[in-house]
Amino acid sequence: MREIWVLADHAEGQLRRITLELLGKGRALADARGARLVALVLGHGVEHLASPLAEHGADGVLLADHPMLASYRVEAYTHAMTEAIREHRPWAVLVPSTANGRDLAPRVAARLGAGIVTDVEDLWTEGEQLMARRPMYTRKAVGIVAFVGEGPHLAVVLPKVFPPADRQEGRSAEVRRLAVQWEGVPVRTREVERREVRRERVPLTEAEIVVSGGRGLRGPENFALLEELAAELGAAVGSSRPPVDSGWVPHDYEIGQTGKTVSPTVYIAVGISGAPQHLAGMSGSKYIVAINKDPNAPIFQVASLGVVGDLFEIVPRLVEVVRRAKASG
Amino acid sequence: MNVVVCIKQVPDTEQPIRVKPDGSGIEEQGLNWILNYYDEHAVEEALRLREKHGGTVTVVCVGPPRATEAIRTALAMGADEGVLISDPLLEGADHLGLARALARAIQRLTWDVVLCGRLATDDNAAVVGPALAEFLGVPQATAITRLEVGEGMARVEREVEGGAEVLEVQLPAVFTVERTINEPRYPTLPGIMRAKRQEIRTLTLADLGLAPSEAGAQAARVRTVRFDPPPRREAGEVIRPENPEEAAERIAAFLRDVAKVL
Repeated sequence: MREIWVLADHAEGQLRRITLELLGKGRALADARGARLVALVLGHGVEHLASPLAEHGADGVLLADHPMLASYRVEAYTHAMTEAIREHRPWAVLVPSTANGRDLAPRVAARLGAGIVTDVEDLWTEGEQLMARRPMYTRKAVGIVAFVGEGPHLAVVLPKVFPPADRQEGRSAEVRRLAVQWEGVPVRTREVERREVRRERVPLTEAEIVVSGGRGLRGPENFALLEELAAELGAAVGSSRPPVDSGWVPHDYEIGQTGKTVSPTVYIAVGISGAPQHLAGMSGSKYIVAINKDPNAPIFQVASLGVVGDLFEIVPRLVEVVRRAKASG
Repeated sequence: MNVVVCIKQVPDTEQPIRVKPDGSGIEEQGLNWILNYYDEHAVEEALRLREKHGGTVTVVCVGPPRATEAIRTALAMGADEGVLISDPLLEGADHLGLARALARAIQRLTWDVVLCGRLATDDNAAVVGPALAEFLGVPQATAITRLEVGEGMARVEREVEGGAEVLEVQLPAVFTVERTINEPRYPTLPGIMRAKRQEIRTLTLADLGLAPSEAGAQAARVRTVRFDPPPRREAGEVIRPENPEEAAERIAAFLRDVAKVL
């Protein structure tokens, strides 16, 4: 049975959490097919990653360890990964949907003529066919996609959709080294600088999290509370109609029948009563969290989590809690 | 400095999307079709490159005949020329097929830089840009937030987990752009008038010398078999916390454990 691979993403000598998530899913797929699960590691000085990969479910670890791979450069990584796939012909390769995973996987697919599905939220088999589920139309629809043909199939998997694999201490894996031929491989990109940045404000209609305020905010100055929370969450800020009509925020904040339609993963409605015109614009959200002091507010009928209480007390504390949670990783 | 911009026509993201009852697609009737937001930023960046370095801006689009409207939007913004690749044989093509068709069309042009939006807001795939770079045999950088072009070389910034990186990339190259790279200009009235009159070249697969087995449904390695409406929300609970601290903890726990966004 052809192998199932996970491309191991790592930073500063450590596996990223998403690698463990993909190992968990990869293990389940491999078990269902009676196949081996293999982790592919591209990098330099990465030998020490073999043992945590084995302990999280890999039966085999393939190491492409070379100075050319010391930092991510698309042409070098594409070359190493396609060589590995050509040599070993895995059935499926799970790639983390990180900035570099999204950069690399389509190029590898193009070089191999392999099927590729990005933004994968679930993976399963139907007979001999690998299937994937992915959000489309800014989460207003879901696509079920079939990989066609023999593979290799490339699935670029979103973070946090699968639980990370449990660690089994002492579990070992067969470690193989890839001999990659580097002659004639062009590398025409060079990293000159890397720095930490705060996440930019995201557009409302594409944001994963939207923090939205209503009449309950009482005045324009209080939108600063929401901006602060949004900055911590990497969220966009919106509003219901009353703050727009009152001139507290510009029209492009408005969500609802006369404003924008949003469908983020989480919609945090702060001081919003939940008029039908507003619900029309946000009820496609995956989860709705509502904070309102009126227990009879209609918003509570659609909220996944409704919190009855004073927003002016709750929101600043929520900012603190989120900040602490992020600091502790 | 000749720039090619790959664009796509997509449904307006501010509109509701309804999935057909049989799951075969989305209801297209009444949809407002627009130039993909990210591509608008790609067009803007191309125009800025032309203003700074001279040269031309050519937009290339794959789509049905109605997609000429997206090309006209780009022309009205200031692009010089538009090319539409349109062929019923592309029905059922996957992103690699579309990238092959785009690559063929671009290979006939003289160019230094190809710009694409980071993704299209309909399928969210983000596959065409890097695949195109591979087919053109040039380097790439995706999701860039800054672009400066020098002699035979570009310096770009791209977002990576928790930060940004600055790269030097040899030209010719393909870049896909983030929305934060610039603020797109509005089409001007003279621009709109000129765009209306302008001829848009339409190419078929045959014109590009491509067989359906290279770029059409037969070549596709992935196929969307069904569209579903988004998942329904689970029945919620309403809580009355004792104090604001408890309220904040409960919300954070929800964001972390249920919504998994924290």
